[in-house]
This record gives sequence, C-alpha cells and structure tokens, in this order.
Amino acid sequence: MPNAQALVETRALIKKFGPVTAVDGVSFRVDRGEVIGFLGPNGAGKSTTMKIIAGFLEPTSGDAFVAGHDSRRDPIAARRHLGYLPEGAPAYPDMTVADFLGFVAGMRGLTPRETSRRLAELVESIDLADVWNRRIEALSKGYKRRVGIAQALVHDPDVLILDEPTDGLDPNQKHEMRALIRALAPSKAIIVSTHILEEVEAICTRAIVIARGRKLADTTPAELLACAPPRDPSVPQLVKTTPLEDAFRHITLEQAGV
Amino acid sequence: MIFRREFAAYFATPLAAVFLAVFVAVSAGMTFFVSSFFERAQADLSTFFTWQPWLFLVLMPAIGMRLWAEERRLGTIELLMTLPVSPWKFVFGKWLAAFAFAGLALVLTMPLWITVNVLGSPDNGVIFASYIGAWLMAGAFLAIASCISALTKNQVLAFIGAVIVGFLFVMAGFDLVLAAVRPWAPDVIVQAIDSMSFIGHFQRITDGVFEASALVFFISLIGFALWLNVQILDARKAA
Ligand SMILES: Nc1ncnc2c1ncn2[C@@H]1O[C@H](COP(=O)(O)OP(=O)(O)O)[C@@H](O)[C@H]1O
Ligand SMILES: [Mg+2]
Repeated sequence: MPNAQALVETRALIKKFGPVTAVDGVSFRVDRGEVIGFLGPNGAGKSTTMKIIAGFLEPTSGDAFVAGHDSRRDPIAARRHLGYLPEGAPAYPDMTVADFLGFVAGMRGLTPRETSRRLAELVESIDLADVWNRRIEALSKGYKRRVGIAQALVHDPDVLILDEPTDGLDPNQKHEMRALIRALAPSKAIIVSTHILEEVEAICTRAIVIARGRKLADTTPAELLACAPPRDPSVPQLVKTTPLEDAFRHITLEQAGV
Repeated sequence: MIFRREFAAYFATPLAAVFLAVFVAVSAGMTFFVSSFFERAQADLSTFFTWQPWLFLVLMPAIGMRLWAEERRLGTIELLMTLPVSPWKFVFGKWLAAFAFAGLALVLTMPLWITVNVLGSPDNGVIFASYIGAWLMAGAFLAIASCISALTKNQVLAFIGAVIVGFLFVMAGFDLVLAAVRPWAPDVIVQAIDSMSFIGHFQRITDGVFEASALVFFISLIGFALWLNVQILDARKAA
C-alpha cells in the first residue's frame, strides 16, 4: 500500500518509446505542502514522467499513484485529485475563456452553481477578468498560460502537475506565475517542471534533477547548491554562471560522462 | 457536454456554412441535372438518394477528420484524456455531434422533398425511410472517419484514410469487386464482402423494401467503429 501521506508516488517508472528510454526507473514521493522542482535538460524525460502521473501515458513498467489511487488501475479516481497543465498550455482556440473553463468544470462534474462560484474565484486569483469573454486564439502567451492554470485548478485538486508553466512568459509574468504557485502551495502537492534554475530557488521546497530519464538528485535547493564544484578563481569565467547553474551542469554533465 | 462543445465547434468557422451550402447544392445538382430528374418524369427522390453514398464518401470524412486529429494537433487531447471521464463518452459525444451536423445537412435538402410533392405524388413513406437510411449511412461513414482520425494528428491524412476505407465499403457490393474476389476466395468471404456493401444496404431501403437488417447493419457498423475508436485511444497511451 502506498503511504497514506504521499499525494504523489512513483515507483520505478520506466517508459520506452521504441528504442528510446525516455524515463528510466524514476521513483519519488510528494507530500502535501511540497513544491517539487522537476529539473533537467531538454529531452530529459520530465514531460513524459508528468504525462504518466497524469494518466495520459501508460508506463512500460512501474507504478504511479495519485492520492493513493493507481493511475492505471483506478484512473478515474486518480484524475479527480489531479490538475494538469500540459506542456504549452493547450486549449480550444475557438472557445472563449469563460466557455472553456465552464466546459472543463462541467466535464469535471461540477454543478452549474459550483462552477460559477469557482470560476468567480479563479477570475480573481488568476486575474482573468480582462480576457474573460475573449476567444483563446486571441490571447497572449501569458494569458493563455493563465487559462491553462485556471483549467487545472477548476476542481481545486490536491495535486497539481504543471509542465513548464513559465515557459515563454516575460519576467513580470514569470514573477506573477511564481507568486501564484507559492500561494497555492500549502494546501497541495505541486510538481513544476522547468529548465530555469532560478525558478527552483524561487518557489520549490525540493528539487528533483533528471537527465536521460534517470533521477540524479532529490534534495532541497540549498543542498543542490552545495553540489556546485568549487570555483577556481584563477580561471576567468567567460560565461557568467550562477552557483545553481554550476551545480546543475555538474550533476547532469557528470552523468553524461562528459 | 462534449456533444455541445463539438457541435458548436463546427460553427466556429464559416466553413460549416460553406459545407452545408455545398452539400445542398451538389445534392440538388446531381438530382436535377446529372440524373435528368425531369426527363424521368417520375415524382420521387430516387435520383437524389442514388448519389448520396458517393457524396457522403467525400463529405463525411471532411466532417469527421477533425474529431480526434485536431485534438492531437492542439494538444488538447491531453486535457480530455486526463479528465475523470471514460473515453467512451468522448468518442460517442464527438461522433454524435458530427452525426447531428450530418442530420442538419440532410434536413436542409428537404425542399427537394417538398418539390417532388408539388410536382406529383411520391411515396412519402419510402422517402422518409430513405432519409433515415441516408442519415445512418452518414453515421457509419462518420464513425469510420472518427476512428481513423484517432490515429493521426494530421487532418489531411485522416481525410484520405477515411475516404479510402469508406470507398472499400461503398465498392464492396459491386460485381466488379465481387468478380475479382470470387475466383480465389471461398464463398463465405465473397458473401461477407457483399454483405458489407453500403450501397447494397442503402438501396434496399430506398427501393422501399424497408429492411430492418439494413438498419441493423449500419448501427452495428457504427457501434463497432466507435468501439475500435476507443481501443485506438487506449493503445496510443501505451505506445
Ligand atoms: N511520443 C513520443 N514518441 C517518441 N519519443 C518521445 C515521445 N515523447 C517523448 N519522446 C522522447 O523521450 C525523451 C524525453 O522527452 P520529454 O519527456 O518530452 O523530455 P523533457 O520534457 O524533459 O524535455 C526525448 O528523447 C523525446 O524525444
Ligand atoms: Mg518537456
């Protein structure tokens, strides 16, 4: 039995696409109140792992649990506890924001009254009032991403899985998105994938680093920093890097055998 | 829910109006000119219905191609498939929306029905049965198109695939095809192919032999194609 505490648990997840092993034995657990930064270079297997937890893909082997429900054997129950923002925040371009969120709420089984109450809250907290009746195809990237978050939050889930929520946003929008995630954090288990390292310091309680499908580190952002190799002051830095970047490069390149 | 969103999606672009206009215009054109409706001097709609399988062969894939391919292209399939809803509901709801749209197209051809009643006294029972038969046949084409649409994110490929498969079903009953198969295949196969013929089943309805078996054929085929559609979606998860 999965521990009742863990809202998300994966056990030895493996996902192969033909000859490519996208996820290679990834196990971790996430408790309520945690914000996990899912870190790794492009192609590391972050999105694939998230799709498996969300139940969009089936693992080649291994198990994923959401709120104690096996995502394969009991997918409907698992999905009830889960809000998922897929990479790129897909949405129907021909729908207005209001219609789209109403549609998702309806599909999630909210009554019309619950829907209007919940949507009113989300308009506030995600700041969607300006675009409420606009078609999604006409939205800027920042608003589209916000609609994606709103869609994932409609049913106030215990577990949030956000695949690159700040990708393509400008610095102000990034800041707002991070503030939003932090505000949501105490009542939920959140997994945020990113390849932006400052994000981890800004919002995460824990960082999981993966590269080539393998989990390389599972630690606090502070401890991750400690992995940075000491700088040799005599070597001039041609490209300025932060200590966190050094740590990330150290961990991921070491595994690649560079 | 999904039905409403899908049905509305058809009208999100002017394409829907264009489609309906083309359908009605071509139906009428085929009936009156190509089939020399007036020279036959017979007040019925048999010429109209003769053309329907061929028209559907092209137009139904055009309606059905977007059903799943578009979800895959947009990435919204990830939203749908992670909702706490059985995929059956999506498959059925989407097909139903396309089916309703096809129904609307057929309803818009009803002025033809009125016209033949003004010109003479046709057997309205047969015409009504033919409309139902045509609608069910459209449903079968659409179920096939939906199924194939689930295989790809490319709508053009989905369209071509659906036309090819639809073509096989339309051609199945032709002597040409049966003659090609008969020399080498056992009788059971030949009969099986013959019994898959869209035109064969549809003609029995339009000829006024109101045959339940023809209706059962189209309904079973719809059921099977939608079942296959769900299996395809499931299989893609494990891909
Ligand atoms: N549907 C797919 N078919 C084949 N290969 C895939 C598919 N999805 C992802 N991959 C491969 O799996 C690896 C991991 O991809 P992904 O999980 O998207 O990485 P990330 O999100 O960390 O950038 C990549 O090598 C990618 O090419
Ligand atoms: Mg990714």
